[in-house]
This record gives sequence, C-alpha cells and structure tokens, in this order.
Amino acid sequence: MNTPFTRVMFSIIRKDLLAELRSRELVGTMLMFALLSVLIFSFALELDRVARQEAISGVLWVTIIFGSILGLNRSMGMERDNGNMDAMLLAPISRPAIFAGKFLGNLLFTLVVGLLLLPLTTILYNISVISGWMLVILGLGIFGFCVTGTLIATMTVQTRAREALLPIALLPVALPLLLAAVKATTAILNNVPFADWGTWAQILLVIDVVYLVVCVLAFEYVIED
Amino acid sequence: MSAVQGLPVYQPQEAGAGESRTRLLQGYSVATLLLLTLSLGLMLAYAGQDVQQGEVQRLFYVHIASFFGAFFSFGAAVLAGIQYLRTRAARWDTLALAGIEVGLLLAFINLATGSIWARPIWNTWWTWDPRLTSAAVMFLTYVAYLMLRNGIDNPERRRLFASIYGILAFGTVVFTLVIIRIRPDTIHPTVIATQLSTSGSEAEGAFEMSSRMTQTLLFTLAVWIFFVTPALMWWRIRLENAAERLHRLKAQYLEE
Repeated sequence: MNTPFTRVMFSIIRKDLLAELRSRELVGTMLMFALLSVLIFSFALELDRVARQEAISGVLWVTIIFGSILGLNRSMGMERDNGNMDAMLLAPISRPAIFAGKFLGNLLFTLVVGLLLLPLTTILYNISVISGWMLVILGLGIFGFCVTGTLIATMTVQTRAREALLPIALLPVALPLLLAAVKATTAILNNVPFADWGTWAQILLVIDVVYLVVCVLAFEYVIED
Repeated sequence: MSAVQGLPVYQPQEAGAGESRTRLLQGYSVATLLLLTLSLGLMLAYAGQDVQQGEVQRLFYVHIASFFGAFFSFGAAVLAGIQYLRTRAARWDTLALAGIEVGLLLAFINLATGSIWARPIWNTWWTWDPRLTSAAVMFLTYVAYLMLRNGIDNPERRRLFASIYGILAFGTVVFTLVIIRIRPDTIHPTVIATQLSTSGSEAEGAFEMSSRMTQTLLFTLAVWIFFVTPALMWWRIRLENAAERLHRLKAQYLEE
C-alpha cells in the first residue's frame, strides 16, 4: 500500500535538487553569505598568522552554521508556503521517509557549501585546511547539525516569528555538537596527533547517532495535522 | 464531542475535592517554608566555616541544591513531555510548563549564587569556563523553549512542539552534568565527586567537607528536591489551571 521508503526519500531529494538547479536560490545565497562572512571575520578579527591558526576553525564553523540556518529556513519555508507539506502528508508515505528526504537534501546543500568553503579559506587565509580528517569532521558536524536543524526548522516555520526563531531554538541544542566539532578542527589544523583529539571525534559520532534517533522519532509529531 | 471550537465546556469542580487539595498544598507550602528556614539555619550556624574560603563558602549548599532542584524539574518536564506525546492530555503539558518555569528560576539561583561565590574566590563574576558556559547555555535553551511556546497560536500545536522541544532541551542539562568529565580543563570544583575525579584536575576553589558540612548539604538537598521544587511546581500548575478556567469561562460567556 505504502510507497517504498527509499523511493519516497529519493523523490523528495530529486524534487529539491531539481528546484535548486532551476532557481539556484539556496546554494547561491548560502555561498554568498559564506563568502561575506569569511571576509568580515578577517577584517573584524584582524587575524595575523598565529591568531589565524587558532581562530580559523571557529570562523569556519560559525560560517557553516549560519549559512546552514539560511538554507534550512528556505528549504522548510518552501514546503510550507506552496502547500507541499500538506500534499506529502495526504500521500500514503511513511513520515520517517519524508524526514530522510528533507534531511538528506539539506545535508547535501550544506555539504556543498562546507566543501567549497575549505578551498576558499585556504586561499584567503593562507592556511591549508584541507585534509582527510578535516573532511570526516566536517561531514560528522554538518550531519548532526542538519539532523536537528531539519526537525527544529519544521517546527519553527509553523510559528509566528518563523525565520527569527530557528537560530534561537536550534543553536543551544546544537551546541554540544559544535563544541566537539570546533575542538577537533582546531586540533587537526594545529597538527595535533589523533590520539589527543580522537575522543572529540567519538563524542561527535555519538551525538550524531543520538540526535538522529531522537529526531526521526520526533519528526512524526511535528508534521501531523 | 463536547468541544466548541476546540474549547471544552466548563464543568464546575466539585467544591469539596478542590478545597481539601488547597488545604493540602497550603500545609505543604508551610512545611516547605519551615524546612527551608531550618536548612538556612543549619547552613549559617551548624555547618562550620571553611578555613580557606570563609563565609562565602556557605553559598555552596544553595548552589548545589538549586541545581539539583532544576535538574529534577527539567527532568519532570521530559517525562511530562513523553506522557503528553503518548496521551495528548493537556495536563501533562501543564506539568511540563511548570517544570520548565520552576527549573529556570532554580537555574537562575544556581547561576547567581555561583557568580557571587566566584567573585572573591576566582576574582571574577563570570568566566568562560566549560562548565559555566554549558550552564548558561542550558538556561538559554529553556528561555528559547518559552519563546517557541509563545510563538505558536494553535494550542494543540503549541503543546506538541513544546513537549518535543522540552525533551530535546534536556540534552543541555545532561551536557552540563557530564562536561567536567569530558573537559578536565574546567576550573569548576567537583566537591561531591572529589574521590572519583582525576588527579590532574585544575579546579580552583575546591575544599574538603567536614561531616557537619556533609549533613548540612544532604539536608539542604533533600529540602530543595522534595519540598521547594514540587511546591513551586504545584503552585505554578494551579495558576495555569486557573488561567485556563478563566479563559474557558470568558469564551463561554461571550458565546451566550
């Protein structure tokens, strides 16, 4: 009776990708924001060589997080404004599949922004931030942030304050994740051996799994009616 | 269904049951006040003065007790949130709301006493220590909960979203509890678990507890956990119910 999970998931991702390819709204805005944010940080912090080494991971993550919030608001607002969500709820499809589809779409867009940001900061700050571990931590951090972001954005787009409420509701919940991600990134950039920061990667992984489970379970409730 | 536009028809409460409950709450509140005064007395007169820190160390009893009070009221909000999602009975959401508001008050007492203690001991009101930061984030998360709640007009959706956010927000409480384990560079002392904590601790302002101090701490903890917190929550629930009843009566009156 129900459409299979993976088919629903891929249809939603395909729909989001198609809309994005035709309008170039989301990734374009996020990238532009990321570029501006990196520039503003470099002026505001007046980073010299030593300060850069310490501050760059914070700059990177703050930029990714705020860019991602922009994207999440757009992505969930779109579903709401065009009555898409109602249509999906009427269809005989499982709720976790909707979550998975929206989440993976958001993850994809944020990952694109994050991955483009790495060479950008490498050039602008003259520090090589690209490495294998860096990509792993970037992936884990963005994964957790998008999981919670998708759930909370689904709630906040249904409130009066809408866009304004997402960062307020999301940032405190995502904080443990950010702490672990920033710590791990700083360690990687300063060439600290894995044994010394490996716990942060483990903590990140555990938080990711816990948030994934909680958010998939809770999603069913935030989209009913 | 007896609901008109989502508003259930008002049924006057049985006077007897309500009154006896009020008397019970009044008695409970008087007992709470007495015990609280007693614990203050123990704190100020019975527990000895700390050799190194002097009088300001006495704040520690309230500091810890208010944190655990907050812990239990936020915890009650999680259980109430889960129960609300299962049963959809509005009273569970009222319990969650009461838990979070009382928890916020207690968390504020916790932050304020900590800050006052830190001024002479650490020579600063506030520092961006991992523990302090996580406690501040915990506080702000629950403020965000109230903002989220206020942003939603539809009462059923408000209860639903509030329950979910209340469950998610508890993560920051757990985070505050475990952070001294995963970030040993905190300067926040771990008085209760001194034997458990690692030897390389950088805690500033830790102290040894005498048996009188331990007794005072246990008594204060018990008073805050079993009396202060539940009494405040009970009053808050009654206030919410009264507001709800007023709302219903207004709607009923306007309809006639």
